[in-house]
Amino acid sequence: MNPYLAGIGLGLVLFISFVTMGQGLGVSGAIAKISSTAVGNIPVDHIRNNEYLQDYNLAHSRTESWWILFEVIGLFIGGYASARMAGRRKKVVMKGESFPVASRLQLAFWGGLLMGIGSRLGRGCTSGQALTGGALLNAGSWVFLIAIFIGGYLMAGMVKRQWT
Amino acid sequence: MAPLYKYQLFGADVSLLLAVLIGLAFGFFLEQAGLGNSRKLVAQFYLTDMTVFKVMFTAIITAMLGLFYASATGWVNLDLMDFTDTYLLPQLIGGLILGVGFIVGGYCPGTCLIGMATGSRDAVYFLTGLFAGVLAFGEVYPWISSWVNGTAFGRLSLPAFFGIPYGFIVGSIVLAAIACFYLAEKIESRMNA
Repeated sequence: MNPYLAGIGLGLVLFISFVTMGQGLGVSGAIAKISSTAVGNIPVDHIRNNEYLQDYNLAHSRTESWWILFEVIGLFIGGYASARMAGRRKKVVMKGESFPVASRLQLAFWGGLLMGIGSRLGRGCTSGQALTGGALLNAGSWVFLIAIFIGGYLMAGMVKRQWT
Repeated sequence: MAPLYKYQLFGADVSLLLAVLIGLAFGFFLEQAGLGNSRKLVAQFYLTDMTVFKVMFTAIITAMLGLFYASATGWVNLDLMDFTDTYLLPQLIGGLILGVGFIVGGYCPGTCLIGMATGSRDAVYFLTGLFAGVLAFGEVYPWISSWVNGTAFGRLSLPAFFGIPYGFIVGSIVLAAIACFYLAEKIESRMNA
């Protein structure tokens, strides 16, 4: 799909979420809630009483806290259906042609780990901060959004072998 | 009056159904834009494919204009909108780390789920890393919490920060984005020549 057209579609979805729910889209919040809930019942006081993870534990939270989880389930199904209809589903490891598969999978893990940390520091990710906060003209979100691009461009040269 | 849920025009059960529907459309457009493909995502940072920028900013502008119109005509109450507080330094550093994670890992949290849905194995490793990152953050949180919650500005919008009217900021962002779209097209065609 033409990127501008897809952008308008995405923007309308975001707008509908604002008008109906009074909140935007998000993903990293769901990741934080799933991981916190998953370890939340491990009978080790050190983990169970962790003040940060406790806040995100879905076991003792209101219905509103589950919203993002249901939205992310929809996101996954929507992506699957779209790829399926377009015949784009394929088992692959995405990387530059000559880059080893094992190294790519390791970098994918470490990149994910960094993003997990960054999204907690920034209180959101590309969805919850950049898109949602961007449209709301949230000052912190715009700082975050610009910092994402700076970080990406600064690091791009160092991992070029992975992608080309 | 909107936001409908905040005015209690529907309940929590309907809100969860709506969450799935909104998520479905969200995932559909991300996949249709090609953003489940990590090579296409990172091409943004090698200037060969600016789809990430185009999709993101078109989406931001669309929703921003919608909200501006809806609030100007009075049918949306922006004061009731969920709005994340600003924590300047943690958000600046968090954004930089996120950008580095993006180019190293190849995805962001939403697009990694689309990557998984389309069959990319690297996306599964990325998601595992995300979970590990959240838990690692929780682990060190007690030591860094004062910094993480520092440089706090509360509910801070760009119009409030600059002391410039809402409409003026909206107009400036639209004009800047159009200029950047033009530039992005130029760069793309030069890089792929």
